[in-house]
Amino acid sequence: MFKWNKNKCLRCGGCISVCPNDALELTEHGIVRDEKKCITCGICDLFCPVGAIKVKKDRDK
Amino acid sequence: MRDVIIVGAGPGGSATAKHLSEKGYSVALYEKRQEIGAPKRCGEGISLGRVERLGLNPPKNCIRQKIDGAKIYAPSGKAVEIDYGKDSGYILERKMFDKWLAEEAARKGAFVQAKTYINDVVRERGRVSGVKGESCSEKFEEKSKILVAADGVESKISRVAGLNTTCNPLFIDSGVQFEMVGIEIEDPKKIHLYFGNKIAPRGYLWIFPKGKDVANVGIGIIGNCSIPAIDYLKKFVENKEELKKGSILEVNAGSIPVGGFLKKMTLDNFLIVGDAAYQVNPIHGGGIYEAQLAGRIAAEIIDEALQKKNTSDNQLNKYNIEWWKQRGNSLRKIEKLREVVENLSDEDFNYLADKLTGEDLVNFTRGNSLVTLAKLLLKRPHLIKLAKALL
Repeated sequence: MFKWNKNKCLRCGGCISVCPNDALELTEHGIVRDEKKCITCGICDLFCPVGAIKVKKDRDK
Repeated sequence: MRDVIIVGAGPGGSATAKHLSEKGYSVALYEKRQEIGAPKRCGEGISLGRVERLGLNPPKNCIRQKIDGAKIYAPSGKAVEIDYGKDSGYILERKMFDKWLAEEAARKGAFVQAKTYINDVVRERGRVSGVKGESCSEKFEEKSKILVAADGVESKISRVAGLNTTCNPLFIDSGVQFEMVGIEIEDPKKIHLYFGNKIAPRGYLWIFPKGKDVANVGIGIIGNCSIPAIDYLKKFVENKEELKKGSILEVNAGSIPVGGFLKKMTLDNFLIVGDAAYQVNPIHGGGIYEAQLAGRIAAEIIDEALQKKNTSDNQLNKYNIEWWKQRGNSLRKIEKLREVVENLSDEDFNYLADKLTGEDLVNFTRGNSLVTLAKLLLKRPHLIKLAKALL
């Protein structure tokens, strides 16, 4: 599970800088996640300076 | 066909563009944001010595406040004062400063274009030979002899180009910053830095005055903290009499590299400058100077490579060597200090605040006299390991 809160997000790109698998991108629509690349490690969740990302480990993965 | 394309118009990109344009090369500098300098990144401080060393003479509107020193607060509240000398530091207006640097590059002949997002590189026989992107939603491709990635800590271009720049996320601090007005600043000629694990785990909280009642108030904390940086900052502001009645004019966030330096920042026809290569002072997270220094070095190496008509990785490797010689090695020394600081408890901070002078702190942040610190740490049995790492 990956939830991005567009109202909290400041579009700083911090999540992108820490993503170990290059799964995030900042587009004009906001933060976009590549589901195939994302390993739901949650580093972006911990890192986000304003708490705009919530990640829960997917059970199937 | 450009001689050089530079991605990212922060201080590093603009410096590279300026120096290369001065030498007569055809340079394009692309910035993804619609306005260069905005929204600004966290820090706005630089010392006068650094500004002079870079040969800069910024116009008055780039400088909000001149600084004489710093006050470093331990968790106990005890402050250690540092005297830098009269007007020896600047608090910049980054929006103006970054834009002025880009203007300078343009005046020297660089083609500068905002709202231009570079998302891929063009390749020829496997080597990087240009960029693909979108400028004001129009797709384009452009070739260049050399490509410079100066696209910040979230750099995509380096990875797309084939350099694995992913570093341990623990080497990146999570930062957030308010521009506040209507506050009381006890001493507006000093920057104020607050340390402590309850205030700013691993990092610090800063008040950089931009006038008598205006300041850049921000925080950088370790990146794997379960409480977001903004919550620490809000708590501090709410509990501080001088700040809590203030208004917030800006909220900005960002990631601050504090280590993870790259030995190799080059490929055939390609190199990285600034935050994208983690060229930042790891003790305070400032990189305005480092990025521009790297830009100047890069321009010299690129000049030589273009003159020799040899832009191979082998030739550009001189950039790696020069950077490490001029700055990298001393930053690595300073990184050791950061490794110590991040392992200190609040009690340790208080202990050191009692023993150290402002002069000691200045020396440490320059990577000097670390033996003095090590000797103090040796007196605390649980810190012996840290002390040894310093020696």
